[in-house]
Amino acid sequence: MSLGKVLGVAVLGSALLAPLSPATTQAASQVVINGSTTVLPVVQKASESFMAAHPNVALSISGGGSGNGIKALIEGQCDIAMSSRLIADKEVKAAAAKKVNPVSTAIAFDAIVPVVHTTNPVKAMTSAQLRDIYAGKIKNWKEVGGKDAKIVVISRATSSGTFECWNELIMHKTRVMPAALMQASNGAVVQAVAKNPNAIGYIGLGYLDKTVHGMTVDGVQATPENAVTRKWPISRELLLYTNGQPQGNVKMFMDYMLDPTKGQKDVLAAGYVPMPVKK
Amino acid sequence: MGAFAPWSGITLFSGNLMSNRLFKEKMVERSLFFTALISLLALAGIVIFLFMEGMPLFAHYSLTDFFFGELWYPAEDPGVFGILPLITGSLAVTLLSSVLAIPLGVLPAIYLNEIAHSNTRRILKPFIELLAALPSVVLGFLGMVVLAPFIQSAFGADTGLNLLNAALVLTVMTVPNICSISEDALHAVPNSLREGSLALGATKWQTIVRVVVPAAVSGIGTAIMLGMSRAIGETMVVLMCAGGAGIIPDSLFTPIRPMPASIAAEMAEAPFGSDHYHALFAIGIVLFVFTFIFNIVAYRIAAKHRQVGTSSL
Repeated sequence: MSLGKVLGVAVLGSALLAPLSPATTQAASQVVINGSTTVLPVVQKASESFMAAHPNVALSISGGGSGNGIKALIEGQCDIAMSSRLIADKEVKAAAAKKVNPVSTAIAFDAIVPVVHTTNPVKAMTSAQLRDIYAGKIKNWKEVGGKDAKIVVISRATSSGTFECWNELIMHKTRVMPAALMQASNGAVVQAVAKNPNAIGYIGLGYLDKTVHGMTVDGVQATPENAVTRKWPISRELLLYTNGQPQGNVKMFMDYMLDPTKGQKDVLAAGYVPMPVKK
Repeated sequence: MGAFAPWSGITLFSGNLMSNRLFKEKMVERSLFFTALISLLALAGIVIFLFMEGMPLFAHYSLTDFFFGELWYPAEDPGVFGILPLITGSLAVTLLSSVLAIPLGVLPAIYLNEIAHSNTRRILKPFIELLAALPSVVLGFLGMVVLAPFIQSAFGADTGLNLLNAALVLTVMTVPNICSISEDALHAVPNSLREGSLALGATKWQTIVRVVVPAAVSGIGTAIMLGMSRAIGETMVVLMCAGGAGIIPDSLFTPIRPMPASIAAEMAEAPFGSDHYHALFAIGIVLFVFTFIFNIVAYRIAAKHRQVGTSSL
């Protein structure tokens, strides 16, 4: 209802401004991007250099979560929806009802790494062990080859993209126990694990630094290469959804995003894994 | 019509000082009334919005499950929205910080106003008030990186991000408020009461305990309730320092997730118009009701202990 009002005002506003725009030097056409806060930093960074190169295209970017972005795309309120997950069946149906055809383009890989304190002797785990720890079945480090101490389990807010990914790829919909500590950001998880010898947490590969130790999972090391080849069990694609195949300015931005010398550099800078170069 | 009479005065006799002043007075009165009205309207608007966004959850989710459910899995389909651990977390952290903050706030106020030299008071009071000006995110950060590791090693706790940690940081936040308002209340107690007490042969201690503090009790009560209402509504500190586990606390070292922390952590990612979104607003309603109760209690204390005559505050 309130959104409708906002939209109404926006439409009214553009209707009023429309006759004026030819007077100004080639009106900047706007591309509205909304969605996942996981994808946001990459797109934000790429948009700055993109707009510098294409001054006649204005990108308006906001992050409200993958769900919000896809919803906005379906409602016609944005041109590109950023998402850290595949579109859900429910959303595909809602889109079909509005005659919107969501098409995905992968722009980067996000790999999630379980981390422990640097002094923790446990350096490797299986995904089953990780699941049992987060479900509260394994409670002591000695059960996984560590010292006799209670495991302090650190998780993310249940609606974050990182949690979603963890929930899907590690938990397989088993519930994370309520006693798990919830932190609001990747940075807060790093802080909490770095300060606690008995803690375990999970973060995006880009946030991995020397203050915490990234574990191997199922014998695989968390590296960008392993993320791209999907050897790393906890990796996912970051997607941009458009209505139909990208066209015009939207296509221009997509191409920029996927260019190994342009947008993909920002992917790396934001801590994610770039798309493999097609040969 | 009468209210606009000054207009005629101005048009007929523009030099008429009396009407001119009356007109100005009316204008000032009205604009002040209008500014008062704005905050009232804003409050009404916020409350209406809160209920409009929060109530839809209860169309298909029972109130009992909401208030007494012990599990919070909002992202599942269908979501599970039990806020009992969140309510108990909020109450536990508020009560614990109040237990610490009331003596730490009221006693210095008594010292500053009744015992300390006026110069000491003049120097100390601004510093206490400055403590109240510290942004909560700064205190929260200190709690997270300094206090939490200390609690962890000093008490051998599983994690330093827990009930005690958050309560201590909240204490630091609320002490200056409680102290400053209590001090004002004590300051407002007329000197004639102190003089009368001393003249009757009471010692300074007796005067403080039996005359001055009872006379200021309504103000001190208000200070405490306002402090508690700040503690229960504080978001940043509990988000950063409390740990965020959705469980009912059973010890000082249990990580907890008070209501404001849940709202702050999840609102940005909750899909607009979903059950989760409405549930977060419903938590907002619960929080609003709690602070509302604290304010009513503060008002009642003030009204009940209001003394007639010179000692009233």
